[in-house]
Amino acid sequence: MHVLFEPGLFSNSTVRTALILGALVSVVSGAVGIFTVLRGQSFAGHALTDVATAGGAGASLAAVSPLAGFIGGGVIGAGAMDAIGVQRVKDRDVATGVVLGAATGLSALFLYLITLQTTTTGSTQSILFGSVFTVAPSTLPDALVLGGLVLVGLVAIRRPLVMSSISAELAAARGIRLRVVGIAFMVMLAVAVGLSAIVIGSILSTALLIGPPACALRVATRFSRALALSCTLGVAATWAGVVFAYDSYYWLGAGRGLPVSFFVVANVVFEFMVVSLVARRRAVAPRRDAVPAQVGWV
Amino acid sequence: MTNAWLSGTIIALLAGSVGFFVVLRGSAFAAHAIPNGAFAGAAGANLVGINPLVGLVVFALGAAFGISGLSRRTRGDVATALALVMMLALGAAFLATSNAYEPAVNALLFGEILGVSSTELAPVAALAVVCVVGLAVLYRPLLLSSISSDLAVAKGVNVRVIDAAFLIVVALSSALAVPVVGALLTFSLMIGPPAAARILSSRPLGALALSVALSVLTLWCAVASSYWTNLPIGFFVGTVSAAVYLAAKGWAAAQSRRLRFELA
Repeated sequence: MHVLFEPGLFSNSTVRTALILGALVSVVSGAVGIFTVLRGQSFAGHALTDVATAGGAGASLAAVSPLAGFIGGGVIGAGAMDAIGVQRVKDRDVATGVVLGAATGLSALFLYLITLQTTTTGSTQSILFGSVFTVAPSTLPDALVLGGLVLVGLVAIRRPLVMSSISAELAAARGIRLRVVGIAFMVMLAVAVGLSAIVIGSILSTALLIGPPACALRVATRFSRALALSCTLGVAATWAGVVFAYDSYYWLGAGRGLPVSFFVVANVVFEFMVVSLVARRRAVAPRRDAVPAQVGWV
Repeated sequence: MTNAWLSGTIIALLAGSVGFFVVLRGSAFAAHAIPNGAFAGAAGANLVGINPLVGLVVFALGAAFGISGLSRRTRGDVATALALVMMLALGAAFLATSNAYEPAVNALLFGEILGVSSTELAPVAALAVVCVVGLAVLYRPLLLSSISSDLAVAKGVNVRVIDAAFLIVVALSSALAVPVVGALLTFSLMIGPPAAARILSSRPLGALALSVALSVLTLWCAVASSYWTNLPIGFFVGTVSAAVYLAAKGWAAAQSRRLRFELA
């Protein structure tokens, strides 16, 4: 047992909070991420993480709760991207890039001001790369409520969302208002990103949002299975990451460990590699990328 | 300061010309991911104590190859996202094990106008020349495959080789830009000014020249403002790039409104 679970792992309340929060965040990101990957919005999702960074840094500067900052920043960013034309595919790439760049510039300013304001170090690293072990337990109820709201919202708009994600033309023909669905989804995306920012850091939250859903979509043939697999893989990566990070204090010695986020991201990438190998071995039929297999879901 | 001007100008010339193709090809996400690979490289070089430029170049190239390798297995944007977070996480792990000082970390991520010392100017200039020559050689097939990859294939261009070669050029120019502009903002210099140039000019060479000019202007503004205010250069690069793009969009909108008015 000592090889994997170092002494005190499960009796430690910090670890317990990290495991609960990690599971919640992974489930929310896993569910929202399925649609993000289906809609081809990985870049938009990542851009929201950078806007959330600015929000988190701003909150830290103004001594507000980081969770509020991450989510507030993300929602404002989603609005900005919508305003300058993320809807049109042709402009999407550049519009996303410009918002991302401006937000990162703001983060640079805020993080620099933080270093002037306080003597405590490490705020840049904890905002960007996360530190779930330092999250205050009082954040847990807020995170649970927000995560629950996103999941309820997803369930509420699941039909128009699935349809517009697979084929925008088909959805429009059936009278779905694409813009409304798109904005509602971007807001949920922003909240999901904000939540995972407190666990694995704002700019790394892309990992949980894209990795597990991309794995699930490679192998699952039904929507419900893809969703379940995506959430399971996310939780597995996060929990293993928390355990490894806790253990790494013993591996490295001298009271130093490697960041949780590093292990979570490495696990996600590892899962993706394994799933790619499995999917390739199983793929006897020609690749189905041209016609998405998900069309059968409608 | 002379160094800052010189190295900044070299970087902006390069970012403006590389960025023109980045915008044309719609590969903004890859251009965002590759500098983050360079960030991991700088952090790693700091950890083992070798020349940062070596780490920057090796890891930026690693990110470029990672993206093009993974893209064969899955959708391009997913591959880019995964390569990006892996590189950032590696960088975070390197920083955690080396106990880097916070200002050093911030400089790496958000830029430092004195990021290139006088001894490093020669290798930076040499690599920049390599990139420009590479772009000049690639110019025609790159332009063709950016506009229509079917047309390029029909003309006998090996699109996959061109893609990979272009990512290598992006990687080398990112490696040069990261120490000055910062890992997270190198990309906005490659997006804002070139996107503005594309809005303002419809001829390829004209847009390319305008892109380079706007990019140099953006960087000069950023270096000067950062010098006067003592605020990080990344803040100015990010906001000035966005402002240049918005100004171009506004100008184009005003033009088309006037045209419609005259026609009516």
